[in-house]
Amino acid sequence: MREYARFLVRCFRLSFVGDWKYYTWMFFLTCISLIGLNAYCKQFVHGLATTGMTDQVSWGLYIANFTYLVGIAAAAVMLVIPAYIYKNKDLHDVVIFGELLAVAVIIMCLLFVTVDLGRPDRFIHLFERFNFPLSMLTWDVIVLNGYLLLNAHITGYLIYSAYRKREPNKRLFLIPFVLIAIVWAVSIHTVTAFLYSGLGGRPFWNHAIIAPRFIASAFAAGPAFIILTLQVIDRFTNHDVPRGVFHLLRQIVTVAMTINVFLLISEMFTEFYTGTGHSFSTHYLYFGIGEHRALVPWIWTAIVLNTIALILLYLPHKNRGIWILNTACVMLIVGIWIEKGMGLIIPAFVPTPLGEIVEYIPTVNEILVCGGIWAFGLLLYTIMVRITVPVLSGELTADTLHPSELNTVRQHTV
Amino acid sequence: MDLRIFEGSGKSPGEACSCGSRGGAGSRPGMTRRSFLRASVGAAGGMAAFAAAISPLRELEAGDVPNLDAFLQKHYKEMTEEEMEAALARIRERVEQRYHVRPEIRDIKPMDGVEFVYALNLSRCIGCRKCVHACVAENNQSRDPEIQYIRVIEMPRGTTDIEQGDHHYDRPRVPDENHYYMPVQCHQCANPPCTKVCPVEATWTEPDGITVVDYDWCIGCRYCEAACPYWARRFNFTEPRLASPEEIAKDPEIESKRLNPNMSYLSNRPRPKGVMEKCHFCLHRTREGRMPACLEVCPVGARKFGNVLDPESDVSNILRTKRVFVLKAELGTLPRFFYYFDERDPSAEDLPAMKHGGRTAPAGDENGGAS
Repeated sequence: MREYARFLVRCFRLSFVGDWKYYTWMFFLTCISLIGLNAYCKQFVHGLATTGMTDQVSWGLYIANFTYLVGIAAAAVMLVIPAYIYKNKDLHDVVIFGELLAVAVIIMCLLFVTVDLGRPDRFIHLFERFNFPLSMLTWDVIVLNGYLLLNAHITGYLIYSAYRKREPNKRLFLIPFVLIAIVWAVSIHTVTAFLYSGLGGRPFWNHAIIAPRFIASAFAAGPAFIILTLQVIDRFTNHDVPRGVFHLLRQIVTVAMTINVFLLISEMFTEFYTGTGHSFSTHYLYFGIGEHRALVPWIWTAIVLNTIALILLYLPHKNRGIWILNTACVMLIVGIWIEKGMGLIIPAFVPTPLGEIVEYIPTVNEILVCGGIWAFGLLLYTIMVRITVPVLSGELTADTLHPSELNTVRQHTV
Repeated sequence: MDLRIFEGSGKSPGEACSCGSRGGAGSRPGMTRRSFLRASVGAAGGMAAFAAAISPLRELEAGDVPNLDAFLQKHYKEMTEEEMEAALARIRERVEQRYHVRPEIRDIKPMDGVEFVYALNLSRCIGCRKCVHACVAENNQSRDPEIQYIRVIEMPRGTTDIEQGDHHYDRPRVPDENHYYMPVQCHQCANPPCTKVCPVEATWTEPDGITVVDYDWCIGCRYCEAACPYWARRFNFTEPRLASPEEIAKDPEIESKRLNPNMSYLSNRPRPKGVMEKCHFCLHRTREGRMPACLEVCPVGARKFGNVLDPESDVSNILRTKRVFVLKAELGTLPRFFYYFDERDPSAEDLPAMKHGGRTAPAGDENGGAS
């Protein structure tokens, strides 16, 4: 136990140590996080009136980001399955970074839900009267927190085992949890989709394709995010990422994105060809209704980005492959963020169930809060990677000192 | 276990801290002056930035932060009588503090053998919106911004599709002869999608059919608002504002913002910021035999309200004799709010045809209607 406390203290200290690039990056993230915290404090005092949300459009950027990020978290499973089920050697080296990403992203998700609450001071009521299994939101609370615990356990156990130079007890403490986490990953995104598709009063959401599309788009955007992250790790730390990883992830992204586009086309066909009253929201999203066209530029940007990304992914990548891949990944990440965030949440509220059209424009304060949460999530993830890399490489273990610690000790002993 | 890494070091590495902010320079012999300075400037800067970030919290007023009793208050259904009394006393105190009025607040329980139902005569409604404002005055909704439970939609003749209606009609005179008017408020569904989705059971349907909200339990997630197919729920995006008698004395123009001191726990007591609210069929009136405010004010008698379990009631009679319909019947919400037009169903009641389920029958057939 004492050893574990010492491990945590050393991790804490290590997170404050790095070169100037590390400091700059962390300083930048801290600033954005604090600006976000400041914006949230304003919201806490004045209420959700500081956001662009109204009774007509009662969910906005917060829930949009939440939905998107649940997908990114779930996508960690796309590293886990090849690594643990298909015993892919390359992926085994980097799978932990996917799981760590899931931890950081789930924390972001929980933050996004919290800032969306009108009375965060009453969250304790969840423990006293939990409307389970009726409310899908209670399912979401369970699966998200469960997923957080599972991944925190898996990564924490692996890292601490490496720290103590012990062989992890795979049969008992690792594999069962990994297998549960695989199913659980799918469940977090399915449950989040059911949150929306279960509402009969919102025709835009009330169809069966929402959950499969969620999964497909998540398994495109998530691995795309991981591809970029792993390159950053490869470049700025001494942890080498095998090239094969990118090749495999690219295939996953390509297949998932193709399925996503197929589902999108099926959806659009049903909505537009039949042309029933149910397609008002879809119409609003893609073409606007009258002078109300706030989302039109966004969704077409997303469509263009996603289409180009898909074409790039299918191009043969012999030379400069990684740069084509990176461009495609950035486009996918942005495109799916628009499509699944703004494009999926907002139109369901326009028009309202009574046919009124009120548009939603996020306020600056709301955007700052979102920026703060993103920065905080990246901050957490950076710290996790900062600690994990030296531990896994054997630089920081229970009985060796990390180079950053040598200085102080040397000064001390001399 | 205390591992010593370097022989002779005498201290575990955990204690040789170069980045912490705790302790003075003297207490860390291993720390150089420079690293100490750097660490403390960093820590101080961090603390200052953090303090600056949370500085908006200073604007919180005393009433914004719940005291311990309010924090520990139980769910409506779990409160004992004494606990309810204590909760009511807290509300009384708060209202007095804010509005300088002593409110008459109680917790009014449903009556046995009563299920409330509303019926609205679309042939009569003239779209004057008097119900909208009477509701606001009765139920202490926030006036700035104003929250309204009833939305009157101006409908073109020839359709019942509410998507074609106009919510913001503004005419010098109503009704307009090319339109009819459809007021919509909470339909108090028998199969309500809103209560189903609430994660903390802060909203539920009472035995008399009224769906209520415990304003002290709602966490403000707005899932119920997304679930409602009738757009009947309203959220307090900011602190609700009403006028106190002194303010009204100073400025008689704001008379319409006056607080209604006659209130109950589940209905029209002032709401806090960040919670959901909705029409509750004026339960503080109707559970004591009075009519809802919207009905009382209606100048044309378009609104009917009563106990559907009482076969003699107005609403029972309407359900028997009129061609009634509900909004969005296909969603299976089973509203307790019915619309009808004035035309009498020719097959209804005393006409013999009705006794055969709509099939025509020879007049005077006395035996056909037994079932």
